[in-house]
Amino acid sequence: MSHSQRSDIFLLDAERTTWHDETLWFVRQKRDKAVYATPEFQELRQLASDIKDHTLSRLNFYLQQFEENARRNGVQVHWAADAAEHNAIVLGLLRQHGATRVVKSKSMLTEECHLNPYLTQHGIEVIDTDLGERIIQLREEAPSHVVLPAIHLKKEDVGDTFHLHLGTTKGNNDPQQLTETARQHLREKFLAGQVAISGVNFAVAETGSVVVCTNEGNADLGVNLAKVHIACMGMEKLIPRLSDLSVFTRILTRSATGQPVTTYTSHFTRPGEGKEMHIVIVDNGRTKQLGRPDFRASLKCIRCGACMNTCPVYRRSGGHSYDFTIPGPIGAILSPNIDMRKHASLPFASTLCGSCTDVCPVKIDIHTQLYKWRQVLGQAGEIPASKKWSMRLLSRVLSKPGMYSLGGRVARQGLRLLPHGLTHAGGYNPWAIARELPEPPRQSFREWYAEQAGQ
Amino acid sequence: MKVALFIPCYVDQFYPQVGIATLQLLEKLGVRADFPRQQTCCGQPMANSGCERDAIPVYHNFVDTFENYDYVVGPAGSCVYHVRKHFDIIEQTPAVQHVRTNTRELFDFILNVLGVTEIPTTFPHRVGLHLSCHGQRGLHQANESEMTPVRDGQLRRLLSGVRGLELTELDRNDECCGFGGTFCVSEAGISARMGQDRVHDHVRNGTEVLTGGDMSCLMHLEGIVRRQKLPIRVLHAAEILNGILL
Repeated sequence: MSHSQRSDIFLLDAERTTWHDETLWFVRQKRDKAVYATPEFQELRQLASDIKDHTLSRLNFYLQQFEENARRNGVQVHWAADAAEHNAIVLGLLRQHGATRVVKSKSMLTEECHLNPYLTQHGIEVIDTDLGERIIQLREEAPSHVVLPAIHLKKEDVGDTFHLHLGTTKGNNDPQQLTETARQHLREKFLAGQVAISGVNFAVAETGSVVVCTNEGNADLGVNLAKVHIACMGMEKLIPRLSDLSVFTRILTRSATGQPVTTYTSHFTRPGEGKEMHIVIVDNGRTKQLGRPDFRASLKCIRCGACMNTCPVYRRSGGHSYDFTIPGPIGAILSPNIDMRKHASLPFASTLCGSCTDVCPVKIDIHTQLYKWRQVLGQAGEIPASKKWSMRLLSRVLSKPGMYSLGGRVARQGLRLLPHGLTHAGGYNPWAIARELPEPPRQSFREWYAEQAGQ
Repeated sequence: MKVALFIPCYVDQFYPQVGIATLQLLEKLGVRADFPRQQTCCGQPMANSGCERDAIPVYHNFVDTFENYDYVVGPAGSCVYHVRKHFDIIEQTPAVQHVRTNTRELFDFILNVLGVTEIPTTFPHRVGLHLSCHGQRGLHQANESEMTPVRDGQLRRLLSGVRGLELTELDRNDECCGFGGTFCVSEAGISARMGQDRVHDHVRNGTEVLTGGDMSCLMHLEGIVRRQKLPIRVLHAAEILNGILL
């Protein structure tokens, strides 16, 4: 299914679409307020962008520096070329410790690697401890947003889910009571967790430490209660110095939710006494993307989700319409790198309005990359044949002024003479499903102009 | 100063009155613009569909048509933006560079080349301004809500100077209308929904006449207004500034 087909399903519920759009627009407005209140915000964006560009240009150096410093801190570092290797490393570590119960804080990387189903298949109980993640885990759904994984759900949906899985009263949709139920449920899981898995927001090369940003404190609770901490990170998460971190903590949540900073910014540098800390560094297509000059900048992404909140398409199609771990505009430029054929429709799921580029806190030229992916897909033959041939025909017409004038006249006459029901049949004219065609005038501008000039 | 009028293909075929208003408005401001008949299109439909290479002959036709003019002026931010930004895949000869640099959106030309800041005319109606994304974010013709809460821009200024004209304030000042070129048919559902939401923002805030600098957005919005039989007129801003009477 294409993005357009999946969106059409989402759009069937018009009221829900309105609610989804308004909810995310509210988040975008919160972001705006925080940005307007920070006069140096554009400077911070530029600085963040420059730091990321620099780091990506010397990624081999910083990865080695990071590994060396992490090892010196007593952390064990593992390298995974792809999702399969990553999952095998994590499972191996769990087996080594005889662990069967894992608590996991939010990590888009482990979503990308489909770690949960893999571990479950191997007899491990994995509990997502971020509230949003836990809700969708109970529902066996994928996250629909990188920061707000359950944003596609209303409180009624959560009430139903908790009634089914956590035994709350049917019809209890009170957010406070539902949250309290989740707290009690998760508390037990935290206490029983043998191993804690976390994602990584930033990895600091000069200190060898990883930084995890959460609002719920679930990463801290999980890591501090468990004997073993496994931090899983994409290899692009590096920043050179600890002092660089302040730039990113200032822009991350302002862009994401409009908060000045996350409630918890947790630094994990070395294992506690009698404990183990592991870091798994994952490539999974990132090197390939680094090798594409037009698309390299997509690796600067810090997963704030601002491009999703601002995207007028995302807000009306929902995160699941992208059918990729990272939805929205940034997902549409990351996904073709992973599987061009499967995700061929995503770079076209945009009007190229450019709002994503303007909110991006690390200045990724998202809409320009969308345009460029379209060209790559066109040249690779990954666009529908009907589009390919109609564009070739259009090019023929538009490169020959005589043919264009004649074609225009014939088309206008046709529109004038043919019955409305035929010209507006939605079956073959998608324009007309919800819109009238322009009323064709008798004369084109060029015909009028020629008449004026007495030609 | 030799000025050529660039009337994009769909304006030529469906909205000749916009071309006429542009021509007459420029004349009022002392500019006699030519309309070279060899012109067709900027090539954006092919390029946005991933068929940039198919657009190359169209790009060459554009450059050949306009290379001998000092300025190429068009009433469509999106097409102008395409010429300026995306004609980078053909050899950058002096002619190509000249045409790219000097292709200007109508109101940008009026304000920044002619230096005209006020156009004496009357239009006693409540007008809702639709900002075209390519004009606003692409050509920087208006402030962006991503950067600042201040709503300002070239067209807003020109329209504010029109006697009797009252600008309506929208809930979302610069959300995309959802036209998006071939997006309007390849993602027809989302495109229509975005357009409906945009139009209803205008309805809610009392717009009688919906206007803008980009006829492509307006074609899409007009299609929705007419389908839903809403009491809103859709006009290109050149028509208003040229003194149209309703």
